[in-house]
Amino acid sequence: MEPLVTVGVLSAFVVYGTFVAFVNTDYFVDPYLSPFFSPCLASNCEEATWDLFGTHWGFSPALLILPFPLGFRLTCYYYRKAYYRSFLWSPPACAVSDFRSSYTGETKFPLILQNVHRYFFFLALPFPIILLYDALRAFRFEGEFGMGLGTLILLANAVLLGLYTLSCHSCRHLVGGGINLLSQAPIRRRLWGVSTRLNARHMQYAWVSLFGVLIADLYVRLLANGVFSDPRFF
Amino acid sequence: MSEAVTLRIWRGDAEGGEFREYQTSTSEGEVILDVIHRIQAEQANDLAVRWNCKAGKCGSCSAEVDGKPCLLCMTRMDLFETDETITVAPLKAFPVSRDLVTDVSLNYELAKKVPPFNPVPPEPDGTYRMQQIDIERVQEFHKCIECFLCQNVCHVIRDHDDNKKHFAGPRLFIRVASLDMHPLDATDRKDLLADELGLGMCNITKCCTEVCPENIRITDNAIIPLKERVVSRRYDPVVWLGRKLRSRT
Amino acid sequence: MADFETHQYDVVVVGAGGAGLRAAIEASAEGARTALVCKSLLGKAHTVMAEGGIAAAMGNVYPEDNWKVHFRDTMRGGKMMNDWRMAQIHAQEAPERVHELERWGALFDRTDDGRILQRDFGGHRYARLAHVGDRTGLEMIRTLQNNAVHRGIDVFMECTITRLLTSEAGISGAFGYWRESGRFVAFSAPAVVLATGGIGKAFKVTSNSWEYTGDGHFLALTVGADLIDMEFVQFHPTGMVWPPSVRGILVTEGVRGDGGVLRNSLGDRFMFEYIPEMFRTETAETEEEADRWYTDKKNARRTPDLLPRDEVARAINSEVKAGRGSPHGGVFLDISSRRDADYIRRRLPSMYHQFKELADIDITTAPMEVGPTCHYMMGGVRVDPETQQSTVPGLFAAGEVAGGMHGANRLGGNSLSDLVVFGMLAGRHAAEHSTASGSPAPVPEEVLDGHAEEALAPFNEHGEENPYSIQNDLQECMSSLVGIIRTESEMLEALDRLKVFKERLARVHVEGHRQYNPGWHLALDLRSLLTVSECIARAALERQESRGAQTRDDFPTTDDQWGKRRVVIRQQDGEVVVSQEPLSEMPEELRQLVEEEG
Repeated sequence: MEPLVTVGVLSAFVVYGTFVAFVNTDYFVDPYLSPFFSPCLASNCEEATWDLFGTHWGFSPALLILPFPLGFRLTCYYYRKAYYRSFLWSPPACAVSDFRSSYTGETKFPLILQNVHRYFFFLALPFPIILLYDALRAFRFEGEFGMGLGTLILLANAVLLGLYTLSCHSCRHLVGGGINLLSQAPIRRRLWGVSTRLNARHMQYAWVSLFGVLIADLYVRLLANGVFSDPRFF
Repeated sequence: MSEAVTLRIWRGDAEGGEFREYQTSTSEGEVILDVIHRIQAEQANDLAVRWNCKAGKCGSCSAEVDGKPCLLCMTRMDLFETDETITVAPLKAFPVSRDLVTDVSLNYELAKKVPPFNPVPPEPDGTYRMQQIDIERVQEFHKCIECFLCQNVCHVIRDHDDNKKHFAGPRLFIRVASLDMHPLDATDRKDLLADELGLGMCNITKCCTEVCPENIRITDNAIIPLKERVVSRRYDPVVWLGRKLRSRT
Repeated sequence: MADFETHQYDVVVVGAGGAGLRAAIEASAEGARTALVCKSLLGKAHTVMAEGGIAAAMGNVYPEDNWKVHFRDTMRGGKMMNDWRMAQIHAQEAPERVHELERWGALFDRTDDGRILQRDFGGHRYARLAHVGDRTGLEMIRTLQNNAVHRGIDVFMECTITRLLTSEAGISGAFGYWRESGRFVAFSAPAVVLATGGIGKAFKVTSNSWEYTGDGHFLALTVGADLIDMEFVQFHPTGMVWPPSVRGILVTEGVRGDGGVLRNSLGDRFMFEYIPEMFRTETAETEEEADRWYTDKKNARRTPDLLPRDEVARAINSEVKAGRGSPHGGVFLDISSRRDADYIRRRLPSMYHQFKELADIDITTAPMEVGPTCHYMMGGVRVDPETQQSTVPGLFAAGEVAGGMHGANRLGGNSLSDLVVFGMLAGRHAAEHSTASGSPAPVPEEVLDGHAEEALAPFNEHGEENPYSIQNDLQECMSSLVGIIRTESEMLEALDRLKVFKERLARVHVEGHRQYNPGWHLALDLRSLLTVSECIARAALERQESRGAQTRDDFPTTDDQWGKRRVVIRQQDGEVVVSQEPLSEMPEELRQLVEEEG
């Protein structure tokens, strides 16, 4: 049952993400920017965060950024467990036989590439910050300070993504896990302590932040299509 | 206050065997090992089962109950429905010696491959100073009771016999982690981990952590940190570049 | 027949707990070709069950502590029946053995300044036990095991020794069988170290595992070695009492060391009523003083909850008999109302786990129910304190199987230190003995054939006795007739019954074949178990006084004359013979140490 849910949700997410990226519209409703398109880096953006690529980029601006969080999740130690079990059936569940008879783990190409996880961590690190910036921008409605349901959704999404990123195993290693004498490195010891506590819930953050991104985009999309209007608190 | 209970126990040896059914009774608070002992005392004197402390501290009585790897002495009878037949089988990853006893010598052979503890020189008074924070990580690994349930459940050897030659398994990774993170140890075992002990074979599917009776977070606290340490050694271009530059100057 | 494998070694160590491993390591380090033979898998020996810690006067927590205080505590705890020289060596060498474990990778809990932390335990004047939470034994056995693995010691796992081999010069080897295949194996060696542990399986309620069947005591006796102090069987005051299937499993003294107290069903801390004269000056009189002692050892005296084990076990026994026991026939051990949940989980993780999993009790919110459980055999093979050699040349003993070190009652924490201190000495001197004596004369084949035949006797077609029911009846008999409280008439009855058990054992029959056959294994273990049971009963009958672990209803007080004598057991013409011998005199300066008031 569990593998089926995993397969269902991950596949749905990939399909949805691809659809969104190629549809390439309805991702901005002032002041809300969908996380799939943030930061938006080209001139063809509905709302450019930073027009880095100008007019040289003709495709969906989502394609400029999505590889990074995607790679981060793809090589994530938790998602690896999830998709090895559910997609590759290696193993489908504990004490249940592997689907395939030969097995080389992560020692051969392409799975040996999983070892680059920490670079994706670095590349993914700016995203929660940028999304937080988006969420803060979403407190301004036509120059006035305000707050809508969308503001809260973007804020929650940024926070969840931050928790997922900072609870990453590579992060835990880099901030302090790699050294043995933490007692002699008080700052790294504290950072490691925080990362360790977060890391215990890495799986939960992985799922919740995935849904966070999905819901945030869906919300903006529905607003853009006028399905309903954004409830404003003030 | 005793209740009737039916167990299907695997009987046989390396040549083969079969499940046999035993009817007996169980009373309040018993674990499955109590029931097996009752069967042994009353119906099958020669039923082979390995056990020692019967308190979850020695890790001798590992077996598979209804397909789930566990310690027989820590599996309480009240987990099961009263009319349910309980199936008890030997560990699957190791060759059967007899009945519920398996030949776990592989694990002892693998242990010899891990270079021993190699301490740095002591303080002038001949003793060592260590901080509690620095030893806590390793103390978690020292909780291991060597029940080998993690080795048994690990699909890398459970389903692929040929990997036993070049894969040390979760128990030994715990051991290496306890040495590599030891505040006093001076030996580097990272290349050994990657080349001889097959750390890369682990695909972190966490079954070892799920079955650990000592609740050691094997994957999160030992295997993944070791993988990260190996990454630093092998696959980190920044580290690699730094090392190259340093060796030039 | 001659259907067995043979091996030649310089030193054969029987038993792979703390003492056996330490002996094997030392013998191997001395250059001896060493075999380590054990009934279970390596690392499963009963040492893993030791919880509280290892006693060594390192003075890390109380700089006032030193070997002299440790020596004094040990002698007083042992009611002066200890071999004073062993107690002295033990107290002097224990700190170095603990540091050695650390050099080999053990990680003891730390003080704030990074030294080894030490905890309070019963009968120890200062906080003295180096520990790792409440799983010190596991840390110790794994450290020794990992060290031994890399020394080229040959380990014979799941191999039981049934007989020692002798020649005129002394020991010449050992004979046994592989548990897995049932095949026989003969070792030729000029030195054998017994490190087989205790005898707990003679009793119904015990903290000991199936291995504890007195094999070493039996083997030594059969080749002419002396056993001493066999009447002193320690009942640990706090074993689990509920549910029945876990009755006897140990609850560490560390619970009391860390603040837990004993209460009866009225909620009273009854231990204040049971302070004996010998410990009155060093024990708190009021609950207020006892509670203050945990943090202020200088101005307050120790809580009576931490009196030596014999006193506490007797007190619990009396409370239960007086009708003030807990619902399941024990008393309450309460730490939940005295320490916060985090502290309990950190200091006593395996106790927390054990009660949660096996009894459905959360010890951070509810009291435990505890009662006495057979825990330790103070008596054993008489050894030379310096070399650990028995009265038979080439036969050494260390750890629980050796006698003398603990006298009439062992202090908690002194066992783990005993293992490594005397394990090392036994290993060293066994290696030296083997170098000096050279290869032993070969044992005649017909002798080996005889041993094999004897071991196969339980497969005899004509028998009808079930080994499990003999063991059951024996445990019942020993628990009810030679247990915590003893009287002459009951012990005589026990001896009569033991005779019957021996006859029944001669008619034992086991089903199946030799491959990993637990019924057969038990039938062979029963031989040792019946013999040590007889030794216990005979020795207890001989000592007509109450002292330490020996409590006689018919002789309820200590007797100064008996305080100078020890009971010795030998085998002559296949019969157990009991005699008395004077204790050796302690030098004046040590006597003064012991007699110092607390």
